Amino acid sequence: MLWNTLLLALRSIRRNLLRSFLTVLGIVIGVAAVITMVTLGNGATQAIADQVASLGSNLLIVRPGQRLGPGSASAGAPNFKQADAEAIQSQIGAVRAVAPTVARGMTVVAGARNWSTSVTGSTNAWFDTGNWLLAEGRYFNPAEERGGAAVCVIGETLRRELFGGQSPLGQPIRLKTFSCEVIGLLEAKGQSAFGSDQDDVLVLPLKTMQRRITGKQDITQLRISIKDEAGIDQAKKQVMLLMRERRKIADNEDDNFSVLDTRQITETLSGTTQVMTTLLGAVAAVSLLVGGIGIMNIMLVSVTERTREIGIRLAIGALEREVLLQFLIEAVVLSSMGGLTGVVLATGASIGLAGLMQVPYLFDPGINLLAFAFSAAIGVVFGFFPARRAARLDPIDALRHE
Amino acid sequence: MTPAEPAPPLIELRGITKTYGRGAAAFQALHGVDLRIEAGDFVAVMGPSGSGKSTVMNVLGCLDVPTQGSYLFKGVPVESLDRNQRALLRRNYLGFVFQGFNLLARTSAQENVELPLLYRGEGRAERHAAARAALASVGLSGWEHHGPAELSGGQQQRVAIARAIVTRPSVLLADEPTGNLDTRTSHEIMDLLTGLNRDMGITVLMVTHEPEMAEYAHRIVHFRDGKVEHDERRGGRT
Repeated sequence: MLWNTLLLALRSIRRNLLRSFLTVLGIVIGVAAVITMVTLGNGATQAIADQVASLGSNLLIVRPGQRLGPGSASAGAPNFKQADAEAIQSQIGAVRAVAPTVARGMTVVAGARNWSTSVTGSTNAWFDTGNWLLAEGRYFNPAEERGGAAVCVIGETLRRELFGGQSPLGQPIRLKTFSCEVIGLLEAKGQSAFGSDQDDVLVLPLKTMQRRITGKQDITQLRISIKDEAGIDQAKKQVMLLMRERRKIADNEDDNFSVLDTRQITETLSGTTQVMTTLLGAVAAVSLLVGGIGIMNIMLVSVTERTREIGIRLAIGALEREVLLQFLIEAVVLSSMGGLTGVVLATGASIGLAGLMQVPYLFDPGINLLAFAFSAAIGVVFGFFPARRAARLDPIDALRHE
Repeated sequence: MTPAEPAPPLIELRGITKTYGRGAAAFQALHGVDLRIEAGDFVAVMGPSGSGKSTVMNVLGCLDVPTQGSYLFKGVPVESLDRNQRALLRRNYLGFVFQGFNLLARTSAQENVELPLLYRGEGRAERHAAARAALASVGLSGWEHHGPAELSGGQQQRVAIARAIVTRPSVLLADEPTGNLDTRTSHEIMDLLTGLNRDMGITVLMVTHEPEMAEYAHRIVHFRDGKVEHDERRGGRT
């Protein structure tokens, strides 16, 4: 009986193929939009997680002030000293390396070309904590670090902008008043989680940076890598205690510095993306609802248009329940087919757009199933009213209907 | 029922009245109709428009219920049945043929004829075979896969008749079956109905306003002003 009704519904859909297609277009687009949005959102979240992981999964970043995020305001909060870095290195056993860092945006010049980049002063530990590898050349040697030599290691973007296709090794780059010699080129890393280009970087020994550029002994950031990833929470606590002590913060006062770990950064950033994903998904879900109303509209038109057909069926001996079921199943079959088409369309669109946006394509069975089930449910909800109307028609009136 | 008692007639109407609307706008279509129809008969219902012949056909076809009176179908009082029970009665015992053919558009002859079997829940193979046989019995072998738009009026009415008889009903109700057809085709359809009545023993009730077509029947019931005016039994044409 159910099978036969299904057969009837399929026959009816086949008889009005174009109209059936136009009817479900709303559902197709709605389902496709929801799935694509959520899939791309998941991909973006994953991409951020991957990029943060490329910072090093065992990284702690200590900054003055409390605000999270780029361009952290550190008003009132003092910077760090070289001694802070040394204390962390020597007093906390889990620490592998500490990179005291000072960074500043500057315009650098090589030959006739110039480029605005981020100039970072740090020690060799900086390469270690940031998981940087050399493409060419070498890192700083101890003498260069101690003596504040005019040497630098540059990122791939800077090389491309200043030297084009040539090797940068041994070439001079001018920063304001002095020149440094390029001794190393870093392997490319790509965009950072904050959206900035990580390869747009020039690294000087810390002493060189302090003497020639900032003119101060201050350090604005401590990058700490931990030996064992499992010990990161413990190490973070120790670093915070040590820093409170060194910065003479009383027990009732808040920290005037912050310690971030990469997991925290990942969580903060993916939190934002997830909110966006939910929002876009919700907007798309509204279009799914509109699609459902479209189905109801067409089913009502269909009932009116097929009044005579319903009359014939009733005269032949169809029960009220059978006519109801026929139209209901027709609506459900229609919307499910729409849902299925939407799923297929979404898969194509997601793969295409993920490639375009350079985020990974992650197939999410949950959202696919949910969107499909929702489309079928829409068929039931919006198909019921027209179906009941059809089932309650008077056979004599229906047969007389022109 | 005891054997001494005679079997009830197939159809018995007792004092049927039918009123449409209510109050001042009320219109009484039937004014007390009594009618007995035995199984195997071939009855033509005639009368001018407004005489109540269509109303009585709707009542006989269990599509409508009388306002008063009793309708016994095989001894069962139809007025006591609900909508779904009447639908089941139509499904199992009645076949309908209409003036306007009333086939499903864009649906092949075969599928149209299979429709009542679908509602009876018969299997695919049985449906197929029964539909082909029914189409063959109305002379439409080879036309199974043509839609109504590809068939002539006479052919469409044949498909409709095949659909009506595919369930082997007790009664075939035909409402002006030749109303939309030319004379020659009309006679072909009437020959077909006569054959079904004679060979398959199907009781045929037919409304018509053409005396020429009524002549095929064994009995002609004339209606006027919602009442049986004249009931004439004749030999019928063969």
